[in-house]
Amino acid sequence: MDIQLTINDIPLTVPEGTSILDAARTVNIDIPTLCHLKLNEMHYNNNIASCRVCVVEVEGRRNLASSCSTPVASGMVVKTDSLRAIQARRAMVELLLSDHPKSCLTCAKNMDCDLRALAAELGVRAISYEGAESEFEIDQSSSSIVRDPNKCIRCRRCETMCNEVQTVGVYSAVGRGFETVVKTAFNLPLNQTACTFCGQCLAVCPTGALTELDQVDKVWKALNDPNQFVVVQTAPAVRVALGEEFDLEPGTIVTGKMVAALRRLGFDRVFDTDFAADLTIMEEATELVHRIKHGGRLPLLTSCCPAWVKFFEHQFPDLLDIPSTCKSPHEMLGVLTKSYYAKTLGIDPKTITVVSVMPCVAKKYEAARPELAQGAETADVDIVITTRELARMIREASIHFDHLKDQEFDHPLGESTGAAVIFGATGGVLEAALRTAYEVLTGETLEKVEFEALRGMDGIKEAVIPIAGRDYRIAVIHGLGNARTVLEKIQAGESNYDVIEIMACPGGCIGGGGQPYHHGNMEILKARASAIYREDRAKPLRKSHENLAIIGLYKDFLGEPYGKKAHQLLHTSYTARKKI
Amino acid sequence: MCDSASPNKFAQKLDDYIDSLTYKKENLIGILHYAQEIYGYLPDNVQWHIAQKLDIPSATVYGVVSFYSFFTMVPRGEHVVNICTGTACFVRGAEKLKDELENQLKIKAGETTPDNLFTLETLRCVGACGLAPVMIVDGKVHGRMHEAQAINEVLAKYRPES
Repeated sequence: MDIQLTINDIPLTVPEGTSILDAARTVNIDIPTLCHLKLNEMHYNNNIASCRVCVVEVEGRRNLASSCSTPVASGMVVKTDSLRAIQARRAMVELLLSDHPKSCLTCAKNMDCDLRALAAELGVRAISYEGAESEFEIDQSSSSIVRDPNKCIRCRRCETMCNEVQTVGVYSAVGRGFETVVKTAFNLPLNQTACTFCGQCLAVCPTGALTELDQVDKVWKALNDPNQFVVVQTAPAVRVALGEEFDLEPGTIVTGKMVAALRRLGFDRVFDTDFAADLTIMEEATELVHRIKHGGRLPLLTSCCPAWVKFFEHQFPDLLDIPSTCKSPHEMLGVLTKSYYAKTLGIDPKTITVVSVMPCVAKKYEAARPELAQGAETADVDIVITTRELARMIREASIHFDHLKDQEFDHPLGESTGAAVIFGATGGVLEAALRTAYEVLTGETLEKVEFEALRGMDGIKEAVIPIAGRDYRIAVIHGLGNARTVLEKIQAGESNYDVIEIMACPGGCIGGGGQPYHHGNMEILKARASAIYREDRAKPLRKSHENLAIIGLYKDFLGEPYGKKAHQLLHTSYTARKKI
Repeated sequence: MCDSASPNKFAQKLDDYIDSLTYKKENLIGILHYAQEIYGYLPDNVQWHIAQKLDIPSATVYGVVSFYSFFTMVPRGEHVVNICTGTACFVRGAEKLKDELENQLKIKAGETTPDNLFTLETLRCVGACGLAPVMIVDGKVHGRMHEAQAINEVLAKYRPES
């Protein structure tokens, strides 16, 4: 049923159940919000009406109504711009600021902070309220995420993300009254919880309460150390998002400019994680064929995503034998840089620093996992920075990003195909794998390389693909809550998939926790995904097994895919962890 | 986890109780009440155990425990002394009573004596306003607690005879 009402004297008709906030948006009135966040594509809805910033006046109602949580009613007369509403909103923000650190100038969230933006938008020029300020300990226990509860405004966006979308359940509002704050179970440091470090909490945090562990200075130190040979690699999803940090349209492909900027920053070699994505396809496809031939356990689950890996270690420790043993692509590239490439150059691996630029904060934690190293002193990857941190370095170095001339990645670990670049979007790994598996198993050329059924933002996508007389039942999953649904079926013996791709972040790596902040605009994620597929189409080679540098790597160094040397360098193992 | 209290002693009893419930997740508060009754308090590992048993995040359990003042995460003394701070008691000298108890027990409200004999807490109106100000020891109400001597005599009843 439709409901008629007026907002600021504008008559309008909206479906029953619409909130005043959404109704106002249909007539171009944007009521300010803070705690409210709805991301339909992820089935995320934080609608707890705790911040009271969106209050409006409703005729005949004694108190102000929070527009995000109040549904429209027939004949309702709403004023969003009355003096009372405007003053109340400003007072709400002042109250929030009265217990907020005034360190905005040096805050990591600075220009990306929704609270700061709101204070500016509402014309807050003084804070009329004085009182106690929270004094919580800052949690820097993990290698990925820093929690500063003093900057928490109790909007609980992180909690909704962690509990309802990702089903990890690390956060809860704890305490009561003024002392209430979002904490972990038993106030444990994050590194002692089941946190997967996916970083989706900090992707939706409106303030600086949740940020990535900043590693920029570590990179500057390495770059300024004359005894270090510093190699950088970039993940597929970085090149379609980095431009946003420099005010380019979302979905702008900046691969060439990014490479040029990295050279300007002083990296000795600029390699591409895409090379290792092609390599992952070779290893993972061979592993799948090996499992099928030798009656190994199915389905095979992809293992590129470190947040997903940590998720199953905590939540499904009885299923540790089903994920692929492949290291993630950037770890593969790291170890090859320090073995294969070091040998080519004739330099000591200990003098090489490998820096990964990732759309992800979990990759920071992953790089610190002790088993992803060749001995105690030689980690496969030394430093991980996010897309945001790279943008910061480029700004710190005063580089005019949009004026840079395009440059190419270095040979040979910078060569890649279109199959590798689509790793950045959900469904990409399996699509890439199918392009190779089809040709290897049938001996025929695959004419139509695009598998549309695997693309798009649906949480769980399924397909049956016949190759060489066998039907392959596959699934593509993004978001850890969706992964849980499917894993519970596997646990119960109710699934008959052969292979499943799982990415922790909604949309895959393009929506990673280390990407430029989307501020709730999901169109940005779609633009990044379509850029990924454009980049793929523009590549002369679009199948991993056609990558000449990969062929050379096996011939000169690794031997057979999934062989002895590959096992030693490119594969890993998993650890059962406690659910807490 | 950060403490070492052993949940094993009563674990079976708690599990039996949880198993007997038709609605488990919905009954979290009731389960926590029961657990506090048998353990005396709710240490981290008991909360964690309940979370696993109910298949809910331990952070959720911790959030609930931290919200309600009835639940305690630190062990309580053998005897729990409560001071009523409701309106009537407040008007008739609950603050003075609190100061005197803190003085005699040498702890602050919310704390437990080092010998683990007494825990001192405050609560709101117990409905004995006619006797204000009152203190409640292990559920027994002691009224008109104006004098230090009277307070001392009540406490003495709970001290072991030496």
